[in-house]
Amino acid sequence: MAGIIEKTTVGHGNPFKVNWWVRFAWAAAFLYVIYAANYLDVSWVRFIGGLSNGADFLGEMVPVNFSRWKLLVGNLVETVEIAVIASAFGIVFSLPIGLLAARNMMPPWITWPARVFIALCRSFHPVIFAILFVKAVGFGPLAGILTLIFASIGFIGKLFAEAIEEISLKPVEALRASGAPFISIIMYAVVPQVQNRFIGFSSYQFDANLRNSTMVGIVGAGGIGGTLFAAFQRFDYDFLAAILISIIGLVMVSECISLQIKKVFQ
Amino acid sequence: MMSDQNNPVGTHAKRSLKIENLVKEYVPGKPILNGISFEVKGTSSVAIIGASGTGKSTLIRCVNKLIPPTSGNVYVSGENITKLTGKELRRARRKIGMVFQEFNLVERLSVMENVLCGRLGYVAPWRAWMRKYQTEDIDLAFELLESIGLVDFAHQRADSLSGGQRQRVGIARAIMQEPHVLLADEPTSSLDPKTSVEIMELLLGLSESHSLPLLINIHDVELAKRYTGRVIGLANGGIVYDGSPAGLSNENLKEIYGGASWLE
Repeated sequence: MAGIIEKTTVGHGNPFKVNWWVRFAWAAAFLYVIYAANYLDVSWVRFIGGLSNGADFLGEMVPVNFSRWKLLVGNLVETVEIAVIASAFGIVFSLPIGLLAARNMMPPWITWPARVFIALCRSFHPVIFAILFVKAVGFGPLAGILTLIFASIGFIGKLFAEAIEEISLKPVEALRASGAPFISIIMYAVVPQVQNRFIGFSSYQFDANLRNSTMVGIVGAGGIGGTLFAAFQRFDYDFLAAILISIIGLVMVSECISLQIKKVFQ
Repeated sequence: MMSDQNNPVGTHAKRSLKIENLVKEYVPGKPILNGISFEVKGTSSVAIIGASGTGKSTLIRCVNKLIPPTSGNVYVSGENITKLTGKELRRARRKIGMVFQEFNLVERLSVMENVLCGRLGYVAPWRAWMRKYQTEDIDLAFELLESIGLVDFAHQRADSLSGGQRQRVGIARAIMQEPHVLLADEPTSSLDPKTSVEIMELLLGLSESHSLPLLINIHDVELAKRYTGRVIGLANGGIVYDGSPAGLSNENLKEIYGGASWLE
């Protein structure tokens, strides 16, 4: 085989040109990683020293202390509530915003503001949003809910807009030709093409919201994160382990539920 | 019929399509269509032939203003389409049924929903969303599905059908509009020869039974000659032939498509 290929390429040169710029870029990236690691004092010595610290820490976690399970359950319920409410509002808001941001459906003077809004929602990590909202509306779940609504709009809105931009415009053209009003065109020619993907994005975001709602509590925005942080500060490592195990359980349960949801809509 | 307040049942005298001095320039100063004029009345079928890129699709899309013409007028049953915008244009488009080369069905909706799409111009969006169509509309849809032999497929998704079946659904959707004219943009180009003939027969049959002027863009000169009563040849932005299929000579075809070797 190799011989045959060599024969046919005689006189045409190597068909796979070497791109020295790409090779140079890879080498530069590699060197930068080594330089940055040195600069930040990332070394094996420190890593190995840290391992024994980690082992001590893990040792203090056992036996796991579930004695304050009532507090734990109450916190978990609040966490789930934050995630559910935020997902519901987030999904409802991102439908129209995603549509407004789709450049094949809307004129630029509508898509631009919508895209800027989505970009704003995406520009901050949820923790930063949570800090802002705790300042704005005070401690408690409301701040967490607002945080995750914005995170949801940023994620679903962007992906939904992209999904709409990828649809086939042929049925849209047909319905336009039949004199259908714009809203009917959206419902009949656009939504059926993106519905499944939208459900996929939504269930994925619900998953993410559940995980993030365990975290917003760290900055005081409600949910189990507040208790987690307090346990850390009191060196309550056995209770901390109980909290971490419950979070893992919660995320796994939600994983199973979202799998089931996806099956139903498949 | 319900849509024709100014067009009494039985007299379809007003059903016509008139194109007047139509010009379309995508690039200013370079018209792809330059002064096209013709009229189609009553139950007559017209084939538009021309080489690829001569603006056949543009011409047919200028009729319902999917592509706005640069200048000129298009009258459907006496109403000037080119002057209309917004809601008035949407109302006028209901009178113009259109059939597409690639069928343009909504693949994920059922055959029935696709046929009922032809009524969307008449039905309020929320009723359409709730699938609350008038009983007459649903009866008409079933009647049409019966006549095209697809009534058993009513609840199947459109993407489960073959090409010929899809095109028949596309035609049923256009007829659901109760149109005054029927446009077909290369309706047989994606189909095999046998199915193409069936689709042409269906289009011609519906044009007769509904007294509809029919305008077909078509590549296949033989199909055009066999089924339509009049052929319009486009070349270089203008009409170079307008007459009976029988009168279409090799000289005319040479002028329309260019070259001669393909005719031998």
